[in-house]
Amino acid sequence: MVEPRIQIRDLNVWYGSHHALKNISVDIYPRGITAIIGPSGCGKSTLLKSLNRLLEETEQVRVSGSVNLDGCNIYAPTVDVTEVRTRIGLLAPKPFPLPMSIFDNVAYGPRIHSRVHRRGMDGMVERYLEEAGLWNEVRDRIRSPASRLSTGQQQRLCLARALAADPEILLCDEPTSALDPISAQRIERQLVQLKRRMTVVIVTHLLRQARRLADDVIFLWMGELVESGPASQIFNNPQDERTRAYLAGDIG
Amino acid sequence: MKWKRLEERFFILLMIASAVIVLGSLFFILATVVWKGLPALNLDMLIRVPTGGYYLGKEGGILNAIVGSLYLAGGATFLAFATSLPIAIYLNLYAFRSRVATLIRLSLDVLWGVPSIIYGICGFAIMLALGMRTSLLGGIIALALLELPIMVRGMDEAIAMVPIPMVESSFALGATRWETAIRVIIRQASPGIVTAILLAFGRGIGDAASVLFTAGYTDRIPDSLFSPAASLPLAVFFQLGTPYPAVQERAYASALILTVIVLAISITTRFLTRGSVDHIVR
Amino acid sequence: MVQGEFITQLLSWNEKRKHPFGFTRRVKNLMAGRVMGGVSLVAAILVPLIAIALFVRARPILTIKPITELLFSSTWHPIKGSFGFYPFIQGTLWVTSLSMILAVPPSLLTAIFLAEYATPRIRGMIKPLIDLLAGVPSVVYGVWGMLTIVPFIGKFVAPTLSTTLGFIPIFQSDNPTGYCLLAGGLVLGVMVTPVIIAMTAEVLSAVPQGLREASLALGATRWQTVKHVVTKRALPGMIAAVVLGFSRAFGETMAVLMVVGNVPQVPGSIFDPGYPLTALIANNYGEMMSIPLYDSALLCAAFILLLVVLIFNLISRLVLLRLTRSS
Repeated sequence: MVEPRIQIRDLNVWYGSHHALKNISVDIYPRGITAIIGPSGCGKSTLLKSLNRLLEETEQVRVSGSVNLDGCNIYAPTVDVTEVRTRIGLLAPKPFPLPMSIFDNVAYGPRIHSRVHRRGMDGMVERYLEEAGLWNEVRDRIRSPASRLSTGQQQRLCLARALAADPEILLCDEPTSALDPISAQRIERQLVQLKRRMTVVIVTHLLRQARRLADDVIFLWMGELVESGPASQIFNNPQDERTRAYLAGDIG
Repeated sequence: MKWKRLEERFFILLMIASAVIVLGSLFFILATVVWKGLPALNLDMLIRVPTGGYYLGKEGGILNAIVGSLYLAGGATFLAFATSLPIAIYLNLYAFRSRVATLIRLSLDVLWGVPSIIYGICGFAIMLALGMRTSLLGGIIALALLELPIMVRGMDEAIAMVPIPMVESSFALGATRWETAIRVIIRQASPGIVTAILLAFGRGIGDAASVLFTAGYTDRIPDSLFSPAASLPLAVFFQLGTPYPAVQERAYASALILTVIVLAISITTRFLTRGSVDHIVR
Repeated sequence: MVQGEFITQLLSWNEKRKHPFGFTRRVKNLMAGRVMGGVSLVAAILVPLIAIALFVRARPILTIKPITELLFSSTWHPIKGSFGFYPFIQGTLWVTSLSMILAVPPSLLTAIFLAEYATPRIRGMIKPLIDLLAGVPSVVYGVWGMLTIVPFIGKFVAPTLSTTLGFIPIFQSDNPTGYCLLAGGLVLGVMVTPVIIAMTAEVLSAVPQGLREASLALGATRWQTVKHVVTKRALPGMIAAVVLGFSRAFGETMAVLMVVGNVPQVPGSIFDPGYPLTALIANNYGEMMSIPLYDSALLCAAFILLLVVLIFNLISRLVLLRLTRSS
């Protein structure tokens, strides 16, 4: 039996008085893509953002329960939240390149953690841009502003940037929703490559994308965990009535 | 790796210190004005005009300045209002987002930055050329010029916040832009509009440089648009300039009166934006 | 009101249809539109009009004296016909620069605190107070300056600084009164602070939250995010805010005039009295008519003042316009 990487226990999230996530307990297994699916507003992004504690940056958010990464609760008071975010990276739906050059965007993560020496930086940037599938397109203009890239290129840049921080787990929040089909395909391809060496958790409202990519599936409905398990099991033999209805397109 | 924590803590301290300095200055100013002005404040100051020997320390009050300021700022605010509301409506309803609107807004923003003494000296030059002497009317026009950009900006923002679906439903019912403006938009934006008026009034009543040359100064309450008018800021300034400590004390009291008026206006605008009015849709 | 397209389509249909009862309404609408448009256009040309008016009245002296003499001569003797603005230009520059040096760091820091660190409650408490500071009339600032700043400088700051740092020329002092450029700079600095804070806070909150989250998700602290990402993105706007503050300080009259000493000499130290252009105009308008060319000279000074303020204002506004357009 494989040990789960992340264990979520009794996670509850409130936005003000709105109870967004109710008593979520689920495991996420290493190396592979876990897809969180469900209709809009069911709490998918909330669940994802609770894994790297980005939720706290929103005002009036209250979290209870625990999220254990390799046994340690990331919500423990002694934990440094920036450490958590270094180990768990995030790719947002809309690409936000930082106001600097392509090179500096990728180098941002390592630089703020003072990790890599200046000499090693060039090679490192190239490596991650390669892994994100962007290197060939930008190798000649790596010092030019990142804002000049197309949306698809920007999202791949954000992927490279997230990878450069050397996370063990990568969270992707609807990573292709702002992209055209071709760019979306490229991102998906890179994610499939990535799952060999890290744990990937992706939120998507596109069932077909989930079917393409997922090894494991978590199905949320109105803030509750309905069903979770290997993809083949969920897609071919859903246990819960709601899962069946959602997969058939009857609801959501 | 602890540098980043230290740096953050250092700058947070610096930021809090800055905020404390800024707010502290406000309280320092208010405290000074109250501390020096309150002792010299008495009823006479408020209800009497200066007698002949007022500036030498004899009796009287600054009613001339209080009334003068109210006339000046009141007249100017009215004039500015009559001009600002049409401009704000035009910008939002007739010329929205066009180049013309951007140009007009830019022009008014630049007007906003013109120092008040320019209005004063320009007004004075024009009055000289027309053969006019310092008068209430001159002061009102100069002040209206000062208040105009402030008021337009406030009204512009207030009207821009009217929800588009509300405007669209008025059009869908067959109303013209003018009718929508009068019946719907002004009503919905009225707290913001009134706030803009009050803010401009507060600015106008406190300004000295623009009325210095145009409204002049006098010991009497102005009885016509063409007589000179005293104003509170100038009352403070002139009383401060005398060598008699008793008169200087009165200057502090006058400053206190002026500050109280401006503060009252500011607080009123706070309540306006916060309080709810029945027919306004939120 | 944005998204004008649906509105324009709906409008043209409404206002062009040939409904017999709608004639007066259509006419009213048209006339109202024309009148309001006319008023707006007049308002828009006010600034050039004022500039022209000033220039016309300033021309007499400009035709007689070369502009270089007006700008760079230090002799100010109206009765003898010498109109050298240099001491006053210097006075304005010194006092405005001092106010910027004193005001910009605390203003920017306070604005960053308000926009990035303060909770909504704290923000709601501090913002109104800053607006209050902005509303204090300039004479009241002047009174406060005379009562507190001037004696403070005269009795403590000037003696201490001129003895400790007196080897540096700008800290030398032979002025025992405290009515000096530093007093003007301090008072002006406080006056200008709300302007810079308000605009900087606005520019900072316009930076999209997604950008902050992108930086935080990489493991940056809030301060690193502010330092490397937010301020970099907001930099043009922050500069525009400072430039606006500068132009405000440049044009301020009453408060400065009450604390700065009003001695027409070229300043050599922050403890020297100064005589800014605005104070020159305000103090001497009464004698304008009695001496030949004096009125023209003062109006020329006003014109120069207006020109400088206009240029700075325009630059600041155009930068902000480009910013809002690109976002």
